[in-house]
Amino acid sequence: MEFNLKIWRQKNAREKGHFETYHISGIEEDASFLEMLDILNEQLIREGCDPVAVERGCKSSGPVSFDHDCREGICGACSLYIDGRAHGPDDHVTTCQLFMRHFKNGATITVEPWRSAAFPVIKDLVVDRGAFDKILQAGGFISVRTGSAQDANNILISHDKAEESMDAAACVGCGACVATCKNGSAMLFVAARVSSLALLPQGRLEAKKRVKAMVAKMDELGFGNCTNTRACEMECPKGISVSHIARLNREFLKAKFSD
Amino acid sequence: MADKLISKIPDGPLAEKWTKRKSEIHLVSPNNKRKLEIIVVGTGLGGASAAASLGELGYNVKVFCISDSPRRAHSIAAQGGINAAKNYQNDNDSVYRLFYDTIKGGDYRAREANVYRLAEVSAAIIDQCVAQGIPFAREYGGYLANRSFGGVQVSRTFYARGQTGQQLLLGAYAALNRQIAAGTVKSYPRYEMLDLVLVKGEAKGIIARNLVTGKLERFGAHAVIIATGGYGNTYFLSTNAMNSNGSAALQCYKKGAFFANPCFAQIHPTCIPVHGEQQCKLTLMSESLRNDGRIWVPKKLEDVKRLRAHEIKASQIPEEDRDYYLERRYPAFGNLVPRDVASRAAKERCDAGYGVNETGKAVFLDFSEAIERLGHQRVAERYGNLFEMYEKITATSPWEEPMMIYPAIHYTMGGIWVDYDLQTTIPGLYAIGEANFSDHGGNRLGASALMQGLADGYFVIPVTIGDYLSKKFLEPKTDVDTPEFAAAEKAVQDRIDRLFAINGKMTVDSLHKKLGNIMWDYVGMARDEAGLKKAIKEIAELRKEFYANVKVPGSQYEFNQELEKALRLEDFFEIGTLMAYDALNRNESCGGHFRVESQTEEGEAKRDDANFMYVAAWEYKGEGVEPELHKEPLIYENIKVVTRNYKD
Repeated sequence: MEFNLKIWRQKNAREKGHFETYHISGIEEDASFLEMLDILNEQLIREGCDPVAVERGCKSSGPVSFDHDCREGICGACSLYIDGRAHGPDDHVTTCQLFMRHFKNGATITVEPWRSAAFPVIKDLVVDRGAFDKILQAGGFISVRTGSAQDANNILISHDKAEESMDAAACVGCGACVATCKNGSAMLFVAARVSSLALLPQGRLEAKKRVKAMVAKMDELGFGNCTNTRACEMECPKGISVSHIARLNREFLKAKFSD
Repeated sequence: MADKLISKIPDGPLAEKWTKRKSEIHLVSPNNKRKLEIIVVGTGLGGASAAASLGELGYNVKVFCISDSPRRAHSIAAQGGINAAKNYQNDNDSVYRLFYDTIKGGDYRAREANVYRLAEVSAAIIDQCVAQGIPFAREYGGYLANRSFGGVQVSRTFYARGQTGQQLLLGAYAALNRQIAAGTVKSYPRYEMLDLVLVKGEAKGIIARNLVTGKLERFGAHAVIIATGGYGNTYFLSTNAMNSNGSAALQCYKKGAFFANPCFAQIHPTCIPVHGEQQCKLTLMSESLRNDGRIWVPKKLEDVKRLRAHEIKASQIPEEDRDYYLERRYPAFGNLVPRDVASRAAKERCDAGYGVNETGKAVFLDFSEAIERLGHQRVAERYGNLFEMYEKITATSPWEEPMMIYPAIHYTMGGIWVDYDLQTTIPGLYAIGEANFSDHGGNRLGASALMQGLADGYFVIPVTIGDYLSKKFLEPKTDVDTPEFAAAEKAVQDRIDRLFAINGKMTVDSLHKKLGNIMWDYVGMARDEAGLKKAIKEIAELRKEFYANVKVPGSQYEFNQELEKALRLEDFFEIGTLMAYDALNRNESCGGHFRVESQTEEGEAKRDDANFMYVAAWEYKGEGVEPELHKEPLIYENIKVVTRNYKD
């Protein structure tokens, strides 16, 4: 297969970015999107060191930087906005689990970084999602010291509650919800953590404190508000439901009213 | 130097060793803990749980990871579960049985005392994780659910769908976040350790590159903990994450830490087969699938031919024409034999011409019987996300046709040599989790990596490191403006300058692929003397080619992924060579290490206890020089050493 790739290039956070277009061919249908980018990078590195190409006016910005790691859809590192959709045209996958068979041969594919005020660009397609860590540091935990836990089966949790908690806990922290939201809201991300812990008896004790701290931190870090467009749910690679946002809102109101 | 290999295993009965050691260890008072600094490199299950627990104790911790957040560490990708000797199933499980299974599964090449301690603390891990809010699978009565894994006959594996590693890591990461918020831990994401700094022979700090600015920075501490995982990516194609690497461990080795049993690499039987030349990463399908999936190839070569030509589908081959070769060869364990045994059996069938895809390197993992027995819903609850993942990648539904699988590099049992306290041969330097060698011998059982990472991080290192630090609390904070730190930084700078100066024509990945091919062909599933010697020679030649012709584009002072990869590849050359030396020395078949020269008439692995019942600990002697072998004898006092038998 062959493609034209229109890719966002940006040297660092301070400089302005621009699109560059590259042609790539010989891609297998079963290659993943990131493998295709690997091949493009091999090509760009080789061109970059070819003096003839440089003389011909080849002004490559070098290989394209992009975040990736496990390539199994679980680490949450990969983060591309492809043809106007977070993680590309396939539903409920991360970019690393997107395969070239989902594209038309010869297509022009536009690739951009997550665009959100809270996620500044580091280089090309790599953004800084440190804001997510900060939100979780504000309260996304149960305060239990190592060694102080009771026997695990002393805490009974119904099968269904555990499953529902797990649905929310499946969040990989990729940031697709923020990138997709027209307001740049992190509500789905925050809701996933709040909801997962709020559903469990272990998480109840600190539930009020947690939800207030995490929401306050989210607001402070420049994420936008939720206006219930549900775009986040559509693009979440793990299919996390906006019903968790509803639970977040309930938890938040309960916490506020009990102040 | 052999006197450096003092394992510090406590005297006394096996079941009392850990208690005894804990009672001997000196304590550090809370006011003194505040004065002590610890560096933790890596934020997987081991690193995150260690950093969090040490922070809770009151130490000043600095934690480093190469990714943008501690949560991305590769522990996140572990799927199936975590073992613990809870005996919740009333199936006669016990600490002893978990210990026994792990020693036997490791083919009698792990230390008894370390493994027993692992089994002993396993139950507390589950308690800790549940208290953290990890949504483990539950029975309808609200109690914790279990499943089975390879190499055992009890159900002791706790799980959270096929995402157990993710949930456990998010638990450790949450504990870490709590300490970061409390100010006891400072987190350094997107930093890569490039050297270890020794002062008067003791570990006192690291040189790390800020991966965003490219600057080299110096960090000092009273002790350093390495928790950077394994070196499976030496093979280029593996189930490890793309950025997983052996560099931090290798820097320690070069600074004098012995490296133990490097040739023990685990080849996991259930991975999605290689699809083509452009592939850079293999995907694991959880071992838990072997609970209900049955592995087979056709009995008739003509069926194989028709499968490869896409004339028939697997489901059209009648039951009597299928060879369930694991059930046939190992009736007692069937599809749940340990990973090394399952991998070799798959290779044996494929080498005999029965591989079921075009490349001839695949076998079937079939769920049709399970779907019939359990129904769609229960199979979906157990494996739904794995089925989806398989379908996304291969465009084939496991609900309709069996999965195709083939072995791939997955985990490394070898690692930095550590004593019972998890201290390396360098005072003040510790190694935990996959980065050390201590618990899995020649082969790791499924669902034991998560157990070891968390055992080391939550329960072992917070205790044992106190023994060293109790002698250090009068020492001031490590000054990084010293000749030792300057020299280490300069060495790293020289390394980086050298790479940019080459300005050749070959990409880092193209050279890494070549290394991977050498490793897979000669240091892979079957190894022999001639091949291993060839590997050492070919890696040396490839390394020369690298220094003559590699291209590292861009500059140091920017986010530069090619530079990161080039530095890691330099280290993979060294690790690959070390693995080959170790494999060459170990002329026996043992766990994941199969020497063609050492097998039974039936083709089963043949151990040689008379000559090789030891830990091979290698000492670095300089680039291009053969490392020196030191031996730590393995003594089994509580377990009878026998030939592993999974047949009856």
